Amino acid sequence: MWQQLYSEIKSTGTMIVAIAEESRGAEHARQWIEAAKAEYWCLIDTDHRVADLYGMVNVPQSVWIDEQGRIVRPPETTGSTDHFRRMDLKTRTMAPEDQEARNAARVAYLDAVKAWATTGKHAMPANAARKRLPANTPDIAQAHAHFRLGVWLRAQGRTAEADRHLREASRLHPDSWNMWRQAADLEEVGRASGPAFWQRVQALGDKPYYPPPDFTPV
Amino acid sequence: MTTILTDRGDAQVEASNGLSVSAAEAERATGWTLKPEGMCRDEICVPLPSGMASGGRVDLAAFWRHLGNPVLSSEAGDVWMLGTGVEARRAALEGLEAPDFTLPDLAGKPHALSSLRGRKVFLATWASW
Repeated sequence: MWQQLYSEIKSTGTMIVAIAEESRGAEHARQWIEAAKAEYWCLIDTDHRVADLYGMVNVPQSVWIDEQGRIVRPPETTGSTDHFRRMDLKTRTMAPEDQEARNAARVAYLDAVKAWATTGKHAMPANAARKRLPANTPDIAQAHAHFRLGVWLRAQGRTAEADRHLREASRLHPDSWNMWRQAADLEEVGRASGPAFWQRVQALGDKPYYPPPDFTPV
Repeated sequence: MTTILTDRGDAQVEASNGLSVSAAEAERATGWTLKPEGMCRDEICVPLPSGMASGGRVDLAAFWRHLGNPVLSSEAGDVWMLGTGVEARRAALEGLEAPDFTLPDLAGKPHALSSLRGRKVFLATWASW
């Protein structure tokens, strides 16, 4: 999915690391990864360890890391937008202008990545990056523990006990779409984007599902 | 056998009385080493309250709670989740050093983020669901 971008930036030495947050395992990511014919890294993260370590709450999200291994842009939406919330659910289509705005946002994000790869533009100074680090509370820490144990128990077929932990994780960390949607997917493939998902999205009201990345110079 | 889950991965240990394990297994599972001054990792040593370690064994669950980290276990007590608490999360991210991880590709070959030091990295998550 990132091969076009990679072919444009690889001469700068920049690497792309694509992480599949996939608790059902590698086989569920295989078809997309093989279709991408990727020269960059495509890794499988059944435990959602990367989301845990970096405090990511949705997919797709990205982190930019510089040559010294420093975070220069904390987790942010990778060019996706909320236009899908206005989609016609019967036909699963978006208005042409929404489709256009959605594509433009994706292109703008990829352009920003390319500019950073080439010139370092859009890298945040440390104090600004620090201010944008994700929320960190005792409930969130506890939620990650429940999520991990739930995923492990699920893999062992201990479904009822697993689901109690997965539900507790979402209760403690309601902002994590990763936790809620992965748990729904483990219950049944497709449930992560089924009616319960749409109800949850509607309940956001004015809050964004994909907060737009902020490229205001700091 | 008892399974311990941490942010470093999974480990199998021989545990008794909850999560009392040998010092060697504690180190293998968590990276913390039992020393006369307490439990030590990297440059940090944490003194242990009395009773937390004896006879070369450590009560890992008690130690983990002592660190301020979440501890969960399964109903059967055969798997323990030693989580990462607020303070450890703050310490890990506030310095802005990208947390390292090692994950497999489709073929199962492990890749460590830290091996890309010296290059910019665009780290992007996605999912099939």
